[in-house]
Formats: sequence, C-alpha cells, structure tokens
Amino acid sequence: MTEARADDMAQQEPSFYHEHGRYRGVFAWLMSTDHKRIGLMYLGALLSFFSVGVLLGVLIRLSLIAPGMVLNAQQYNEVFTVHGIIQIFLFIIPGIPVAFGNFFLPIMIGARDVAFPRLNRLTLWLYLAGAAIVLLSLFIKGEPPDTGWTFYAPYSIQTKANVSLAVLGVFVLGFSSIFTGLNFVTTIHRMRAPGMGWFRLPLFVWTLYATGWVQILATPVLAITLVFIILGRIFGVGFFDPSKGGDPILYEHLFWAYSHPAVYIMVLPAMGIISEVMPTFARHRIFGYKAIVYSALGIATVGYFVWGHHMFTSGMSDTARIVFSFITFLVAVPSGVKVFNWVATLYKGSIQVDSPLLFALSFIFLFSIGGLTGLIIGSLAPNLHVHGTYFIVAHFHYVMFGGVGFAIFAGLHYWFPKMFGRMFSEKVAKTGWAFLFVGFNVLYFSMFILGYQGMPRRYFEPPPQYHGWSVVSTIGSWLLAVGIIIIFSNLIRSLFKGPKASSNPWGGRTLEWSISSPPPAENFTEIPVIKEGFYGNK
Amino acid sequence: MAINSDSESVVRPAEKGGVDYAGKKIGMWLFLFTELLFFGGMFLLYSVYRAQYPAEFHAGAQEENLLLGSINTTVLLTSSFTIALAIAAIRRGDRALSMYMQSLTILFGICFLIIKYFEWAAKISMGIYPDSQLLLNMGKGDILFFSLYFVMTGIHGIHVLIGAVAISIMLVYTWRGSINRNSFVRLENTGLYWHFVDIVWIYLFPLFYLVT
Repeated sequence: MTEARADDMAQQEPSFYHEHGRYRGVFAWLMSTDHKRIGLMYLGALLSFFSVGVLLGVLIRLSLIAPGMVLNAQQYNEVFTVHGIIQIFLFIIPGIPVAFGNFFLPIMIGARDVAFPRLNRLTLWLYLAGAAIVLLSLFIKGEPPDTGWTFYAPYSIQTKANVSLAVLGVFVLGFSSIFTGLNFVTTIHRMRAPGMGWFRLPLFVWTLYATGWVQILATPVLAITLVFIILGRIFGVGFFDPSKGGDPILYEHLFWAYSHPAVYIMVLPAMGIISEVMPTFARHRIFGYKAIVYSALGIATVGYFVWGHHMFTSGMSDTARIVFSFITFLVAVPSGVKVFNWVATLYKGSIQVDSPLLFALSFIFLFSIGGLTGLIIGSLAPNLHVHGTYFIVAHFHYVMFGGVGFAIFAGLHYWFPKMFGRMFSEKVAKTGWAFLFVGFNVLYFSMFILGYQGMPRRYFEPPPQYHGWSVVSTIGSWLLAVGIIIIFSNLIRSLFKGPKASSNPWGGRTLEWSISSPPPAENFTEIPVIKEGFYGNK
Repeated sequence: MAINSDSESVVRPAEKGGVDYAGKKIGMWLFLFTELLFFGGMFLLYSVYRAQYPAEFHAGAQEENLLLGSINTTVLLTSSFTIALAIAAIRRGDRALSMYMQSLTILFGICFLIIKYFEWAAKISMGIYPDSQLLLNMGKGDILFFSLYFVMTGIHGIHVLIGAVAISIMLVYTWRGSINRNSFVRLENTGLYWHFVDIVWIYLFPLFYLVT
C-alpha cells in the first residue's frame, strides 16, 4: 500500500492549483475559465450559503417552541422566507451541477474543459451578482422579503418589503442556471473523448445531461413570471392582481411550471452521484445501467407535467386535478426503478462501508420516505387533509435535504480527495454522519406526525396541543447542526492537515480516478481513448 | 484560457480545425429555446386573458395604429433579409458587402424602435398606460389588453435593441477581420437571434393589431 502510494506520488504532475493564468491572488480564481477552479468557487459559495440557511432553520425551530421570545411575528416571516430563498435558490438548485458538475463533467467525458469556458465563468459572476442582490434585499432600507420563497401573488405585489430586489436577484440566478445547462448539454454533445459513446457515459454525466435540458426548458418560465412580479410592483401591471382583471392562480401555475421541474434540477444530479458511489463501494458493477439512464430521462420528461399537484386546493377543475394526480404517480415509477437499481447493485458486492457510502445509503432511505409520502400528498383525498400542514414541510425536507443534501455530502466525501488531494478522517466523518442522520430524522419525522395531526405550516404561534412534538423536532435540529459542524470541521481541517491522497483512494473506475489528485491543469496530457464502459458494460 | 505549451499539440476531439462550428450552433439553438419559453410565458397569459375577454381584446385592437404596425412589420422582415445577405456575403468573402448589409440591418432595427416609440407616445399622451387613471376606469379586459400590449411589445423592443447592439459588435469584428469567410459562426448566431426576434414580432402583430 505504502509503496503503491509512493509510486503514485512520483508520477504526480503539478496540479491545477499551480496554474493561475494571467492573474494573481483572488483574480487568479475570479478570472479563471478553468472548470475546476470555477467548480471549487461555486462549492465554497454554496456551502457558505447552506450554513447560513441552516442557522436560519435552527432559528425558526427555536422560535416555534418559544414564540415571541426569540423572534417577533414579522421577523419570523422574514426568517422563514430568507431560509427558503437561500436554501432553494442559492444552494440547492445551482447545487450539484455548478459545483461537482463543473469540476467533474469534463474530466469524466475525457475533455479538457467545457464547451464554452468563458460562458462558464460568466455563470459564476451572474451567480455571485444574483446572490449579492438577494442579500442586498435583506440589508437595505425597508424590510426583508416576507412572502415565503414562492413569492405568491397578489401578496408579493402588495407587500412593502423588498420583494422587487429579491426577485431580481432570483432572476439573475436563473440566467446563471440557464447558461450552465446550455453549456453542459453542448459539452456532452461535442466534447466526449474518442470512443465515449452515449451508453458509455458515466451515470453522473447522464443525469447532468437530463438536468441541463430541464434547466434550459424550465428556467425561462420562472424568469418571465418574476419579471411580471417586478412590473407589477414598479409599473402597476396587474397580470396577477384581481382588481385589474389579473388572476393570481395563473401566477401559481407559471411559478410551479418552473418550480416543480426545478425539483428534478436538484434531484437528478443527486441521483447521479449515488449511481457513482454505489458501484464504487459495493465493488460491483452497477445493476441496470440502461434502466438508470432511461429512468433519468423519464423523470426529466414526465416531471414537466406534474406541477398542478402543488395547487390541488388552489382552485382547479376536477379533471385537471385527476390528470395531475395521475401523472404524479407516473413520475414516481422511474424514481422507484432507480432505488431498486441501487439496492440491487449491493447484491453480491464486496461492500466497503466508508463515509460516502453511508451518505449514499442514507440518501436511498430518506429519499424513499420523501418519495412515498409524496404519493400520499399526490393523491387527491389525503392531500385535502394535509395540504398546508407540516406534513408537506416534512415531505419536501426529506426529498430536498434527506435526498439532495445527503447526496451532496456523499459527493463531497467521495470526491474530496480528488478535488483537494487530501484525505479526511474517516472516523470523524462517520461520527458526523451519525449525528446528521439521527438529528435529521428526529427533526423531520416529528413534522410528519405534527402535520398528520393537523399543525399548519408557516404559523408563528402553533396551537398548544402541538407543543410536545415541536420540542422533539427542535431538539433534532440541534443534533443535525452538531452533525454538520463535525462534518465541516473535519473536512476543513483535512484541507490543511489531511494526509496526501492517492489518485484513486476508493477504487473508482471513471476517468477522474485515472488522473492525479488534484488533477493537472488541463486534466489529461493525452486525451484518453475509451474502449469500454466504466461499469463493466460494453 | 491557460494552456500548457506541451498540450498545445494535442487536438481536442471536437475541435479539429479550430472553432467547433457545430458546438457553437448547438449552444445558440439551445439559447433560442430558452427565449422561446421566456416569450411563451407571455403568450400563455395573452391566450388565457383573451379567452376570458374576447370582446374587449377585439375592441382594444381597433385602437392600435394598423398603418404603423404594418410598416414596422415590413421594416423588420426586410431587416431579416439584410442580415441573411450579410452572412451570405461573408461566406463568399465579400467583407464590404457584409458590413454594408449589417449596417442596414442595424438601421432597420433602429427605425423599428423609433416607430414603436411614436406608437407608445401616442398611447401615453392619450392617457393609456399601465396603472393610468384612464385605463383603471375601463373594463378589466381593456386593462389586460393594454397592459399586455405594453409589456409584450416592450420586452420585444428590448430584444430588438439587444440584437442591434450585438450586430454592431459583429460589425466591428467584421471590420477588424476576425469575422471572415472561414470564421463566421458568431455572425451566423447573431443572425439566428435576429430572426428569432423577427419571428416573435410576426406573432405579436396579428395578436395586437389584426384581431379586430
């Protein structure tokens, strides 16, 4: 082992960290068009926003067990709105594609960079500008947005809070997302190494491809909807204002026509990470490569036509509701296919339980709970009972955080050695995982119970009969926060003090593991020629 | 982009012969898809509200200046023709003709915007604009029709402006020679964008002027 590592070190080329281009210092990063540097900058920004979002979440939980003692009602509205805006628009929607996608997509297909490197840099600038505008809306004169992250009209047009600015920020972030998707789709079409046929693509790349199309085809709908909000506030255009003939339900339609596909922008690449982690740590070929590919494309396609299930109680014809409910059930099928694929991959594998696998297994467990409860609220009769309750809050946190969040942690630990050339403490990572996993379930499973009992979401002061489980949930939020602190401090410490990583510490088979850790400036000295698939497929 | 000197010799798979022509075209078409959906949101609102208030939309369209609208349609269609000629010219290596045609396209674009300005100004001087007292006193269908008119032609106008600026930049590139008979994909993509903006107007014109 030590000999192999010494060998590995000997042939290590200077990494991309040494190739800073024309500029020095911070500009060597901001002006860089290297997909790896851009990916790392995104990663840093995302995890910072995530941490802020978690803090706000803990604050919400705290306020709920002692209403009025931590926050007043207006502040409470602002905090849950900002929590949502940060976690959704600044963290989890850009999330995996911009961080891990940027870093690994070109490497995994055997390219030196994305198709449009300068456009890629522009997306980062747009992301930072959008984030700055959103943050500005919190701190300039007036009140922070208090509409909830969905900006529902007509309240978003009437409130005195700084909604225009926040909405403008989200609009700019949308451009960043569109250009990333456009760039990735073109890259995958044009930049694959010789011999890298479509059915030899790594599964993470396939999910980025499906995600790219969703970003391209869904995000503009949100963009125009947000423009209407801004026009409504500044010029008094009343497209969603009933007093001027407008229809607020139309806002909900347009908003969810984007924001439901956006769920798949978040989840699809998360599924891609799991599809990479499972075969690596099971030491076994992935079960049903093509089924995973087709189910990803299926989710991306069918996912466009389910948005109405967010609006079952808003006012829609029975026909529309039945159709939307039916398609919602349909979209669960490909997700189920994937879960079976991942679990079957473990069968007869030689499983090595390292931290990335623990996060991946948690993903499967938590995402399944999130998905199955999604079917409960996707059917019309139960939906009437739990709509607008904590059941919904629990459901989407199981999908967003239990699903995508855990996948991000899986990817973070899986690719950490490759990105930074250092190993982390496996023991501490597992401890952090245990706290996170237990804390997560205590925090959000209590919400299922609360929601089932009828506790309404977004209330500042919940009725007293819900106090017991509320306290349990809040204690869960503390455990979860401890877990995140352990995980992050482990990784940050390892950045500086971790032992040097070999080029392939986990035994991964995709191309990123064939080059040194961290990768050299242009990834490959010689573009590889691909002779067979990476999972034992042809 | 930082390129190691030793890796210069390696030809990227998709980049034989320099610029990846097909890749750039794919990128532009994908961008046009996003534009299509962006405008799609507006056309969706238009369809819903027109189905709700057909009589008011009918009456509203009679307020529009059909003559100016028709002139603008002609202007924009002609500009699509001139930008196509500009691309055809550069492919034959006729730089002067291409630059002449690009300039003409920009002029047509500006002409379109000026006519649009007079149309808007006439409406605003009559007191018809979003949130104006006169408009708020009208029926809900009228409010929606004129709001849609201002928003849709306004956002379209911004696109015309962006297109004209983009062609101006291409004009500079052509003048400097970086757009030439061997490398013209940027001009071609700009042309695609211009055609798209043109096509949007082809739909706006009947929806606001001809539905009487």
